[in-house]
Amino acid sequence: MNIVTSLISGLVFGLGLIVSGMANPAKVLGFLDLTGRWDPSLGFVMAGAIAVGAMAFAAARNRAASFLGQAMKLPTARKIDRRLIGGSLLFGIGWGIAGFCPGPGLVAVGMGEIKAAAFVLAMLAGMGVFELVERRERRSRVPAPSN
Amino acid sequence: MSIDWISFTPWAALAGGLLVGAAAAMLLLLNGRIAGISGIVGGLLKPANGDIAWRAAFVVGMFLAPSAHVLFGPLPRPQIDASWTALLIAGLLVGIGTRYASGCTSGHGVCGLSRLSPRSLVATATFMGTGFVTVFVARHLLSA
Repeated sequence: MNIVTSLISGLVFGLGLIVSGMANPAKVLGFLDLTGRWDPSLGFVMAGAIAVGAMAFAAARNRAASFLGQAMKLPTARKIDRRLIGGSLLFGIGWGIAGFCPGPGLVAVGMGEIKAAAFVLAMLAGMGVFELVERRERRSRVPAPSN
Repeated sequence: MSIDWISFTPWAALAGGLLVGAAAAMLLLLNGRIAGISGIVGGLLKPANGDIAWRAAFVVGMFLAPSAHVLFGPLPRPQIDASWTALLIAGLLVGIGTRYASGCTSGHGVCGLSRLSPRSLVATATFMGTGFVTVFVARHLLSA
C-alpha cells in the first residue's frame, strides 16, 4: 500500500513542479537573479507548499504512526554543523550554475530532456561519491576485529 | 532589483506550491516519511537499507508527472541554457552538497521550514545565499 501512496505522492509532487514552472531551470534562475530582472515566482511556490506542509506537520506532531500504520520517520538531527553548512554551500553553487535542484531534474528527465539526464547522472555520481567517502570513514572509525 | 513582471506567474506558482505541499503532506501522513528528494534518491544508493521500493515508487511517480500533465493541458518545455560541462559540474555539486547537508529545496526548504526546524532554516538560507551569489557572478560579473 505504501508503494502506491508513495508513487502518487511523487506524481503530485512532480505535477506541482510543472504547474509552478519550477521544472524549468530558466525560471528558477530568474528567481536567483536578485540583482537582474527578478522573477519572485519561486517564493510563491515555497509559500504555497509551506502553508500546506505546516498543517500536515502540525497534524503529525504527536502521532506515533502514520494513518497507514507506518512508523513516523522524522529527522532527529539538531546540530548545525560544518556538514550542514558546507553541504548547503556546495548545493547552492550547483543550483545557481544550472538552475536545477534534485526534484526538477528528475521531472525534466521525465519530459525527455537529455540535458536534464546529464545533470541527474552527475548528481547520482555526486551522491555516490558521498556514499563511498562515508563508508570509508565508517570503516576507519571502527577498529578492525582482531583475530 | 527590478521585478520581471512578464515572467512572474504568482497564481501558477502558488497553485503548484499547494500541490507540492499536498504531496509532502500525503507522504508524511500516510507513509510517515519526509518528501525530501535528495534523501529519497540518495537512499536508493544504499541498497542495504531494505527500503528501496517506496523510494523507487516515488521517483517513478516524478518521472510520470509530465505524462500525467498532458491530460490537463500542453506540457511546457523547460529552457535549459547551461552547457553540458556546466550541467555535469552542477550535478556533481548538487549531489555531494545535498547529501552532506541531508537535504535540498524540498527536504529543508519545504518540509524543514514547515516543521520550523532551525537546521533547515540555516540550510535554506545558506543554499539560497550561494545560489544568489553564483547567479550574480555568472550573469553580472563573468559575462559583463
